Amino acid sequence: MDATITFTVNGKSRTVTTDPKRPLLDVLREDLQLTGTKYGCGEGQCRACTVLMNGKSVASCITAIADADKQSILTIEGLANGDKLHPVQQAFMDEGAFQCGYCTAGMIMGTVAMLKDIPKPTDADIVSRMNRHICRCCSYPKYMAAIHRAADQTRKEAA
Amino acid sequence: MKNQSTKDFKDVVGGGDCQISEDVISSPSPPRSGGLELLGKQRKESAERRPERAERAGASESLGRGEVVLRVQGGSQLDDQLAVDREYNELLEPVDYDFGLNRRSFVQILGAGLLLVVSAPALAQERGGGRGGPRGPKNISARLHIGTDGIITVMCGKVEGGQGARAEFTQAAAEELRVPTSQVQMILSDTGLVPDDGMTVGSGSTPRTVPPIRQAAASARELLADFAAKKWSVDRANVIVRDSKATESAGKRTLSYADFARSEDAANLLNQAISPDATLTPVTEWKVLGTPVLRPNSRDIVTGAHKYPSDIARPGMLYGKVLRAPSFGAKLTSIDVAPAKAMNGVVVTQDESFVGVMAPTSFLAESALDAISKTAKWETVAQPSSKELFDYLKQHAEGGVLANPFTDEMSKAAKGLRQSYQVAYAQHTPLEPRAAVAEWKDGQLSVWTATQNPFGVRSELTRAFHIPEDRVRVIVPDFGAAYGGKHTGETAVEAARLAQAAGKPVSLRWTREEEFTWAYFRPAAAIEIEASLDKDGKLTSWHYVNINSGAAALESPYHIGQNQSRYVNSKPPLRHGSYRGLAATANNFAREGFMDELAAAAGADPLDFRLAHLENPRLRTVLQTAAEKFGWKLRAKNKSPNLGVGLACGTEKGSYVAACVEIEITKENQIRVRHVCQAFECGAIVNPGNLHKQVHGAIIMGIGPALREEVRFENGEIQTVSFRSYQVPRYEDLPELDIHLVNRPDLPSAGAGETPIICIAPAIANAVYHSVGKRIRSMPIRLTT
Repeated sequence: MDATITFTVNGKSRTVTTDPKRPLLDVLREDLQLTGTKYGCGEGQCRACTVLMNGKSVASCITAIADADKQSILTIEGLANGDKLHPVQQAFMDEGAFQCGYCTAGMIMGTVAMLKDIPKPTDADIVSRMNRHICRCCSYPKYMAAIHRAADQTRKEAA
Repeated sequence: MKNQSTKDFKDVVGGGDCQISEDVISSPSPPRSGGLELLGKQRKESAERRPERAERAGASESLGRGEVVLRVQGGSQLDDQLAVDREYNELLEPVDYDFGLNRRSFVQILGAGLLLVVSAPALAQERGGGRGGPRGPKNISARLHIGTDGIITVMCGKVEGGQGARAEFTQAAAEELRVPTSQVQMILSDTGLVPDDGMTVGSGSTPRTVPPIRQAAASARELLADFAAKKWSVDRANVIVRDSKATESAGKRTLSYADFARSEDAANLLNQAISPDATLTPVTEWKVLGTPVLRPNSRDIVTGAHKYPSDIARPGMLYGKVLRAPSFGAKLTSIDVAPAKAMNGVVVTQDESFVGVMAPTSFLAESALDAISKTAKWETVAQPSSKELFDYLKQHAEGGVLANPFTDEMSKAAKGLRQSYQVAYAQHTPLEPRAAVAEWKDGQLSVWTATQNPFGVRSELTRAFHIPEDRVRVIVPDFGAAYGGKHTGETAVEAARLAQAAGKPVSLRWTREEEFTWAYFRPAAAIEIEASLDKDGKLTSWHYVNINSGAAALESPYHIGQNQSRYVNSKPPLRHGSYRGLAATANNFAREGFMDELAAAAGADPLDFRLAHLENPRLRTVLQTAAEKFGWKLRAKNKSPNLGVGLACGTEKGSYVAACVEIEITKENQIRVRHVCQAFECGAIVNPGNLHKQVHGAIIMGIGPALREEVRFENGEIQTVSFRSYQVPRYEDLPELDIHLVNRPDLPSAGAGETPIICIAPAIANAVYHSVGKRIRSMPIRLTT
């Protein structure tokens, strides 16, 4: 039985009528054409599908669309402000952090959420918070550098 | 150059630019850029099974038993490309497509002669420029196009899976054209547009594709200069090309690429052959090559705008799923597809054992597949299990386990050793699973997919659907990695079957479980080694047999007296194929572990023992560099509780690597890698930023199968089907890294996607021995069972 879900995606109100058991990931990708969020494992083990729900990092592959009803979702497509990249995006690009880039959107969204909680993370903080994100190309050293760069940049912009 | 190594983890991974001075680039923190590489494994070439490959090679001859020898003319890089393609295009079981009974009538319906050529350059390629093939295109226009806006579009049949090809090719063209990289646009791997540059395998893009791109770009640059000289009626020697334009040496007049493109003669001029005489820029004058250029489409990656193959959407597209057997070799005996057909919007197709469902959402397709899977009956056949794997491989070794022919040396040796080494199956499990979108339109099949072999996949599709090549277009958007795991086109064929059945475009993306189960594996290895030492601790004989995993880096780089190293086929229980570094990881794991054992038997330090048997100056350099930067002598002597150090070195695909590692044994008896100091040399460095990422990525990726990654299976059923049970490296596995890139501007550039992975596992095993005195001769290396 389909259900009507109304939620905010990247600042816009969206309504979908669909099977409430469908993963949020599928609705974003297939119904809203927001394909920046990736499928990696379908069981919350790799975090390629990370989006922010009310500012918190969630694995959209194991979040039913019903649970997104009346919530606010931010995806990688909603991060930049027009042509101006979000500091985390800018840092990941400047650092050339990724290789194939398939995990990058999830990695960026996870970083955005982490920096809200921990504006100046240590390496140990990053390992602790980001360990659930897999980069199969193992670009972890560059991601670590990019996350520190993003934290510095975010603090600068806030100051 | 000062070693920047530091125990401070933050500094090790933190910012700071790569330093290049003299001939060693040492940087704990990699500089800017983008990349990863893909690769293969080798099997006995089967010309009988793959006649089209032999034919394509042209001057080849069959020696029977499937062996093919190429009559190499001139020994050029392009001949190497043919050899590499042959080496890599050898999966165990070529998929034999024989489905659908109405092929003939289908072809008749299609008619003949519809060509998918969609661009002038490609047309030129069709008409006079030659088809390309691994030898590349003949004409400039088949390789590059100059726009009236001055943008130069370069076409190349290689793919970008994160290894950094897009940046390197852009640099190659920009360097020779004398333009900034922003003026170059790369089109990769659209078989309707680009020349066939062979498979993207074997660390081949740098040594074999960068040069022809440079040659074509240099030819275009010369055309511009010739054209300007003629137009100005000045001597050609008075025209130079710099800053994107031809300039009269007096400096008065200039003519840009855009000006040239606007001229009436441009099309004709560009349609001429690529000149072998156009001078390439010497390494000493490189301005773009040799610098850490970022991946050109980086912005699209960080904004999520880039469309990976699994992101492609076509109008009216359905999402497909394919029924899978519960175990290898199982045959479908019956299935009731009615429950799926009853679902609103679901399309079902069945062609004997191929059963597929399609729906407007992947969730509905999955529900439909679940519904009919429950009704499926299977006939299973007994299959081996991973517990008995190595005995099984030895028992099925073709010709048995070969005997050591050097029994005389063994009997008179001061010391003789014999050991068995083992390497488990591993899975690539790239983060983007296999995916393809297929669309049939007006008799034309277009497939967007991830593969390292776009033209090979086009051939697979033509064979599968019995349609001519010019009706099939394979497009490979930059994809979510492969590591040697995406040579084949099974997903493309499946998606095309589904799309044909539905009469609509279909997107098929494998699940993670399918990827773990039905993608091919890195082959397991059973390796036997026997060697003898004289009273001075010198090796006098060496007998080495690799069963099942391959011949890459089979030969020892050491002086080892009488020796024989052989690879024999077995009867592999799983479908196996290429993986980053091929069998070089297995062969280096066994050889470098055994070298350590021999050093211990000779009472020698592992570094000294290796150097005493090693003449190759390039390998000696990386070994000595890694040892010196790591502080080997001191750290090998001063043992700390629960810590150990080990080293290994090796060479493959024309590049050289050595690693020193420090490991820790935890309270739980687990092995943790604390520090890796690796030196790597691959000739003249094309992009140090990208190279750094290749090297650190390979090291960390290599820690996975070294310590944990192991495909477990029982009776044909894969048991490691998720990231829970098959644990790949994560942030917590990141060791302190010192990477030392040895630059050799005097030598041709070799690829670097694979070789940096081959030393990490043996160095870890040797460090475990150093720490606890126990030799672990199996990968994964574990102290606990």
